[in-house]
Amino acid sequence: MTTSVLRAERLSLGYGEQTIVHDLDLTVPEGKVTAIVGPNGCGKSTLLRGLSRLLRPKDGRVMLGDRDVHRMPTKQVARSMALLPQHPVVPEGITVGELVARGRHPHHGLLRQWTREDDEVVAEALELTATTHLVSREVTELSGGQRQRVWIAMVLAQRTDLLLLDEPTSFLDIAHQVEVLDLVRDLSVDRGTTVVMVLHDLAMAARYADHLVAMRGGRVIAEGNPREVVTAETVCDVFGITCRVLWQEATGDLSVIPLGRHRPVGHVLGTAGTPRIAPELEVIR
Amino acid sequence: MTVNAPAADTGTETPHLVETVPDRVAEVRRSRSHARRRGHLVLGGLLVAWLLAMVVRTLLGDFTITVPDFWRIVLGTGEVPGGAEFILLDSKLPRAVVGTLAGVALGASGATFQLMARNPLASPDVLGLTMGASAAAVFTLVILGGSGAAVTLAALVGSALVAVALLTLSASRPGSAPTRMILVGIALSAMLTSVVHWVLLRADIYRAHEAMVWLTGSLNGVTWRQIGLLGVVVALALPLLLATARELHLVELGDDLAAGVGAPPGIVRARALLLVVLLVAATTSVCGPIAFVAFLSGPIARRLLGGRASIGAAALVGAVIVVLADHAGAYAVPEVNLPVGVVTGVVGAPFLLWLLTRERSSS
Repeated sequence: MTTSVLRAERLSLGYGEQTIVHDLDLTVPEGKVTAIVGPNGCGKSTLLRGLSRLLRPKDGRVMLGDRDVHRMPTKQVARSMALLPQHPVVPEGITVGELVARGRHPHHGLLRQWTREDDEVVAEALELTATTHLVSREVTELSGGQRQRVWIAMVLAQRTDLLLLDEPTSFLDIAHQVEVLDLVRDLSVDRGTTVVMVLHDLAMAARYADHLVAMRGGRVIAEGNPREVVTAETVCDVFGITCRVLWQEATGDLSVIPLGRHRPVGHVLGTAGTPRIAPELEVIR
Repeated sequence: MTVNAPAADTGTETPHLVETVPDRVAEVRRSRSHARRRGHLVLGGLLVAWLLAMVVRTLLGDFTITVPDFWRIVLGTGEVPGGAEFILLDSKLPRAVVGTLAGVALGASGATFQLMARNPLASPDVLGLTMGASAAAVFTLVILGGSGAAVTLAALVGSALVAVALLTLSASRPGSAPTRMILVGIALSAMLTSVVHWVLLRADIYRAHEAMVWLTGSLNGVTWRQIGLLGVVVALALPLLLATARELHLVELGDDLAAGVGAPPGIVRARALLLVVLLVAATTSVCGPIAFVAFLSGPIARRLLGGRASIGAAALVGAVIVVLADHAGAYAVPEVNLPVGVVTGVVGAPFLLWLLTRERSSS
């Protein structure tokens, strides 16, 4: 395994005249799960597109190891990092097995055709995502959760050390969200895969990521261990809301409770001088 | 005993693990080859259909040629009475061959466009490529008085210009390339149609009529030299197009996904468009714009394959359509020789409507 640290150096990204990500520096910790969080339009998906070289930087560069990704051959990049975008198009008439097999593309060329090893990699990708039983089903027939696992299987078939996922849990119900994120964790722990994912849900991000990057207005506001990053102040800075952040010491569980203009339904005003928190919970900061 | 127990455990565990993994690999292989089998069956069936169409086109009609006579004429091994040789070599056979080449070129181009634009109804005729070739060819034919190679070259330049316009005007914003490509193509097509009308209005009546016949799309009077030219273009461009199919099938999954898996959509589209330009320009310069073939071959092939897109199957569908439509045009109405473009237009439009209604009810 070659060392292939992904790093953004003074990266500015945007479309046309508009600049969305400004002068951003980021080093993705190797072999860890990094989650990028932030409000809508903060540039988190744009950053992911820039890191995966889908978007040419306006300024600065993206380095993979000691090489600029925009100067590397396309297929070589595709053998080092895989990307699952937010809205892939579900093709008609294609079975799960065939779709996952398409992930082998960067390993093929004019002289290098399909081999038994490819079959093994596809079988493994299906197994890891628990979709082996779906192999002969058509992708269009699957439920949302199954589809998402199949797409992940396809990018896993690329066999890369780096995995970039853009909102892998959007449109999934809570059970499927947990399933997908558990899988991400497994990949990181069992295989040392470096994962960078954009997530909507702050609590999920804090729970599953080793490293949290909080963005706002195209800049990194806070970065580091979720435990240090997720505080009422940062959440306020990043999302512009007031909230209560609860960490449960014994289990490491986190909850972020947004405090809007309304009280919880049925809450009697007079008793709300101090919020009642169960004794085993401790408020940090 | 306590020492033996774990050893016995691992003894039974290890072979079990080794056994299951190849088992799953075999399942993946089986599934893939099963999925391919339908594709092979459809391709085989289409090949048979094309052969039958060729037999019908070359041997049947007002003048029936027997199979032994066919070989005698083609191989030159014996005399066949009654002008059969002239009819076969100067009319039936060249038309069947050019029909095949034109059908293959148009069918493959249509399927390529549908993959590129991720839209089952995109095709070089809808997106102005055919119109570009037609406008340039008619301009050369009528205004400049050119013919032969000049017209072919003009058709090539015309459709190439449309392709460049399609690429540059649709690539300006990320993520929207397919939709913009379709809108830009429709606009260009409308503009070029008015160019054709303008040219026809300026021409004297005889030349205008000549151009009109060409514009309907006809296999009539095609020479072996023209067939040779079209044959060379198809023989070069089609294998290259089939080779890009794998990357086009990645573009089918979305631009970002394709780029991530090592098939940059812009480059894949440009490469495929270049080949389509060659095929469409060569076909149009030889037989004029034959309506609906590029448009319909892809969706028909898709239907046969259970929804999957295939450039090869669409090419064969195109060949079958053109050869049979030409036969129908020649013999369906006694004493009237309808150009192939009229037949494909008349049959194609209702078929398209039928496809659209079926598409809606199935999804």
